[in-house]
Amino acid sequence: MRTFAHDDDSAVVIVGSGAGGGTLANELAQKGIGVVLLEAGKQQSTASFVNDEWGSFEQLAWRDPRTSSGSFRLARDFPDLPAWVCKSVGGTTTHWAGASLRFRAHEFKARTTYGALDGANLLDWPLTLEELAPYYDRAEDKMGVTRTHGIPGLPGNNNFKVFYNGAKKLGYKDCHTGHMAINSRPRAGRAACRQLGFCFAGCKMGAKWSTLYTEIPAGIATGKLELRAECHVSRIEHDARGQVTGVVYFDAAGREQRQRARIVCVAGNSLESPRLLLLSASSKYPDGLANSSGKVGRNYMRHTSGSVFARFDEPVHFYRGTTMAGVITDESRHDPTRGFAAGYELETISTGLPFAAAFLDPGAWGPELTAMIDGYANLAGLWVVGEDMPQATNRITLDDTVTDHFGLPVAHVHFDDHPNDVAMREHGYRQGRALYEAVGARQVMLTPPFPSSHNLGTCRMSEKPADGVVNRFGQAHDIPNLFVSDGSQFTTGGAENPTLTIVALAIRQAEHIAAQMTARAI
Amino acid sequence: MNEAGHAGGITRRHFLATGATLYGTLWASSGALLTLAPSRTWALELAHLDARSGRALLALTRHVYPHATLDDAVYALVVKALDEAAAEADTRALLSAGVAALDQGADGDWLAREPAAQLGDVHAIAGTPFFEKVRSTAVVALYNNALAFAHFGYEGPAFEFGGYLERGFDDLTWLPDPPAAASPAKA
Ligand SMILES: Cc1cc2nc3c(=O)[nH]c(=O)nc-3n(C[C@H](O)[C@H](O)[C@H](O)COP(=O)(O)OP(=O)(O)OC[C@H]3O[C@@H](n4cnc5c(N)ncnc54)[C@H](O)[C@@H]3O)c2cc1C
Ligand code: SF4
Repeated sequence: MRTFAHDDDSAVVIVGSGAGGGTLANELAQKGIGVVLLEAGKQQSTASFVNDEWGSFEQLAWRDPRTSSGSFRLARDFPDLPAWVCKSVGGTTTHWAGASLRFRAHEFKARTTYGALDGANLLDWPLTLEELAPYYDRAEDKMGVTRTHGIPGLPGNNNFKVFYNGAKKLGYKDCHTGHMAINSRPRAGRAACRQLGFCFAGCKMGAKWSTLYTEIPAGIATGKLELRAECHVSRIEHDARGQVTGVVYFDAAGREQRQRARIVCVAGNSLESPRLLLLSASSKYPDGLANSSGKVGRNYMRHTSGSVFARFDEPVHFYRGTTMAGVITDESRHDPTRGFAAGYELETISTGLPFAAAFLDPGAWGPELTAMIDGYANLAGLWVVGEDMPQATNRITLDDTVTDHFGLPVAHVHFDDHPNDVAMREHGYRQGRALYEAVGARQVMLTPPFPSSHNLGTCRMSEKPADGVVNRFGQAHDIPNLFVSDGSQFTTGGAENPTLTIVALAIRQAEHIAAQMTARAI
Repeated sequence: MNEAGHAGGITRRHFLATGATLYGTLWASSGALLTLAPSRTWALELAHLDARSGRALLALTRHVYPHATLDDAVYALVVKALDEAAAEADTRALLSAGVAALDQGADGDWLAREPAAQLGDVHAIAGTPFFEKVRSTAVVALYNNALAFAHFGYEGPAFEFGGYLERGFDDLTWLPDPPAAASPAKA
C-alpha cells in the first residue's frame, strides 16, 4: 500500500470509510489522486464476521457514548444508543441490508411538492433526479444492484411469500424482491448470496456490497490510496485565510498525529460529521467549521420508521435468507389524501431470536411479548421507512457533560417527531397490520423505531449559503477545500433507504473535486 | 453452566439450591434440549450470589419472561449472567437488596408465595433499578444461547451450513408462491 508522510500536503484526506467515504476514496484514487483514508474503527473481513447478532454488534457497531433527548421514543428506549451505525473499516456498509432504491423526482423538490408545512424546514435540493440519474446508474453498476444492468432479482424467501400474499390482498401493485446490492449471481469477483440471513451481521459470503471488500481494496490497488484504520479524527485545522490544511487524529496507540491535506472530506455519518465540524471551532470559526449559516447539526432526519411483526399458525422461519427480502413501493407516492405529506416504503425485515427479544417491544415484559417469542418460528415482519420532516430543532450538538475516551464531547441527539411523521407512521402501522391480518395473522405487534440506521441532513445541501452547509457538490459554502461526503448532505430525506444516493453523490463529488484540482481552484 | 454428576432425589420441575450451587434436572418435555445437553442434570455454581438469591432471581425471571414450556435450565443462564454481573459490588448490593425486599413483603419467604401473588409483587416493582437490572440482563441472557435457540426454533449460525439456500429459505407452502416476475427462481 502506498503511504503518505504526515507533512505531505498533496493528498485528499477523507474521514470515514463507509458508503460515502469509501466510495469517494476509490473514485479519487481511480483518477490518480492521492488519498489518505482515516477510519476510527478496526478492520474486519468476511472471515472475521460472525453469525451472531450481539457478537456482530459488538464487533462492528459504534459503541462510544452518545446522549439523546426529545419526545421520540428512542430517547426512552435507548437513550445512549440513538443511532445504529458502525465503527469499522467499511462503516455501516458492513451492517446494512443492501436495499438500493433511487429517490423519486418529486423528492428532490420537497418544498415545492409538499408546500409549507408548519414546523417543517423543507427545502428543494439544489439538484434534480435528471442530474443525478447517470450517477445512480454508475452506483447501481458498481454495487451490483439487482433488477438493474441485467442483474436478476433475488429469489424470495418465506418472509417475502407472506409479505407478497398480504400485499396482493390489499391491492398493492408493486411488490417484488427489491433492488438489492446483493449478488443474485456471482459478479465482480464476489460470490452469490446463499441466503444466510445475517445481512445485518456482515455478509460472510461477500455477496452484499460493502466498501470494506470492494471500493477500498480497489482504491488501494491503484497505488494512490492509503487506508489508516483505528485513527480517530478529533479536529480539522485551517490557515489564516480560512482554508483547511489538515486534520489531527488519535492513532491506534492513542497518540495524537497531524496529517496535512490539500482537501478534507468528512464522511463520518450524520452524527459524527457535524460533531467533527463543531469540535473544530477556532477563533476564526467560533461556531465550528462551515457553520456561518448556523445549520451544522440542524435538520437531523432519521426516516419515519416502525416495524410490524405478525405471528401465524403455520411456520415461516423468517430468519432464513435475506433480511430485506422484498419491497412494496405503492405508498411512496406523495398523496396528501392519506393525511400526510410525502411517502414511505414497506420492506420485509427479520431478526434472529436474540434481537427479536430485545427489539420487538423494547423494555416490555410479560405474556404479550413472550407469546410472540413462543411463536418465533411462525413470525413474519416488515419495516416502514418513510420521509420525515426536517426541523431546525432536531439537531446534533456537543454534549456539555459527557466525553468519550479521548476527552472529546460526545454527540447529543435531540429529536421530536413532527406531526406529519406521526401520521405517516400510524398509516404504515395500519397498512402493515392489515397486510398480515389479510393472510391470517394471529397476533400483530407494532414495534417502535430501532436505533436510527438512517441518519441524514445535518450538513444539508442548499442553493443559497444561508440555507445550508454545502453546495450541490457537497462542498462547504464557507470553505472551498472542505467537503461533506455522506448522508449529512441530504437536503431532505426521501422515502428510500439512503445508501444508493450517498454512493451516487460520492461518485459525482469525485468528478467535481478532480475538475477543481485540475483547474487549480482548490 | 457446569454439568454436575447425577444429583439424586430432584423431582421434575424443581431445582434445589445447596450452598452456592443451583441444581436441576431437565424436564422430560424438553425434547430439543435433551439432545443438546450431555446429561439430564445441570448445576450452576454461583460465585457472588447466594443460592437463595439465585432461586429467587430465577423465579422472578420466569414471571418477567414467562414461557410455560421453557426449562429452568435456560432460565438458570440468566442467574448465571446476574451472578457474573454481581462481581461488581454495587450490582451485588442491588440484587441482594431487591431479593430481600421481595422476601420482606412476603413474610420472609417470597418463594413460598403462590405464583399469582408473586406476579402481583413483580408488577409492583416493575421499573425499579432492581427490576430493570434483572429484565435487561434476562432479555439478552435468556434468548442468546443455543438452548433457547433450540427451544424456540431458531437455527442460529448459518454460514457453516452453507446458508439456507438449500435448507428451506423458501419452503413455506401454506400460501401460494409469488410469480417469477416478483420472485425469480434461484440461480
Ligand atoms: C442494520 C442496518 C441496516 C441498513 N440497511 C440499509 C439498507 O438496506 N439500505 C440502505 O440504503 N441503507 C441501509 N442502512 C444505512 C446505511 O448503512 C447507511 O446509510 C450508510 O452506511 C451511511 O454511509 P456513511 O458514509 O454516511 O456512513 P457510514 O457507512 O456509517 O461510515 C462512517 C464511518 O466513519 C467513521 N468515522 C466517524 N467519525 C470518525 C472520525 N472522527 N474519525 C475517523 N472515522 C470516523 C465511522 O467509524 C464509520 O466507519 C442500514 C444501516 C443499518 C445499521
Ligand atoms: S442472506 Fe445473502 S446477503 Fe445476507 S448475509 Fe447471507 S449471503 Fe450475505
